[in-house]
Amino acid sequence: MNAARTSLSSSAARECWLPTLQLAMQEVFELMLGCKLETPAEPPSEEGLDITSMVGLAGQLCGILSVRCSAKSAAQMASRMLGIDAEKAGPEMWDAVGEICNMVAGNFKNKISGLGDGCMLSVPTVITGGDYNVHSMVNDNLHAVLLFAGEPVVISLEVHS
Amino acid sequence: MDNIRTLIVDDSSVMRKIVERSLRQAGLGIAEVIEASNGAEALAAVQNHKVDLILCDINMPVMDGLEFVKELAQVESAKGVPVVMITTEGSEGHVVQALSAGARGYIRKPFTPEQVKEHVLPVLAGNV
Repeated sequence: MNAARTSLSSSAARECWLPTLQLAMQEVFELMLGCKLETPAEPPSEEGLDITSMVGLAGQLCGILSVRCSAKSAAQMASRMLGIDAEKAGPEMWDAVGEICNMVAGNFKNKISGLGDGCMLSVPTVITGGDYNVHSMVNDNLHAVLLFAGEPVVISLEVHS
Repeated sequence: MDNIRTLIVDDSSVMRKIVERSLRQAGLGIAEVIEASNGAEALAAVQNHKVDLILCDINMPVMDGLEFVKELAQVESAKGVPVVMITTEGSEGHVVQALSAGARGYIRKPFTPEQVKEHVLPVLAGNV
């Protein structure tokens, strides 16, 4: 999983971060959920993505990594991770999305040379509902949408420094 | 190796279940699984239950995995019980810290059942 190691040192290198972030996400879904994420042909609507998981990064890289999806997708994720019916996924769906976000954050930072030891992760926080705004001192914002079982999943990295 | 009593320590109940399923899929002779959601709960668990193997996350509230491993060394009844860290913190520095604290193995999340087997089997066999 080190194939996409990129550098922290230059801003030019940050251009590689978006594909690295997408790769980190794809690996988590392949290994933990046994499915491949697809890249949408056209940007899908982000309406109804009411579950947001966030993991804070602090240290050499400060920011917030978030994963946003619908409740239906979250239930499907819990279903695949636990081997249960999606209809029976209750609070597990929030835990599942939180853990996915946590693993994507860890996998991403492990791919950035020099960042592994210099960046700490918070435990994940999961927000339900879509009517909120996040206000943070963002210097850079990476954003990608991938399709999980045909449904959009948004991954964002807001970089503070 | 049969009838292995395992303590799984992770603040995510989903992850505890995934780790348990991976251990069982790996055919490691897991008989009983005890769960704890942080290091403090895990310390209480090892004082009340005999365990043969501990799989432990690092980033947890209340007491993290590294602190737990250090504290575990003071628990007489748990002396020699192998701990394998299973965590998103995959940097070399974290691995060194965990192994220095007393962990016998290290698995990075995300993982496959095969990777769990590959890391846990030698630990159970006493080869690590």
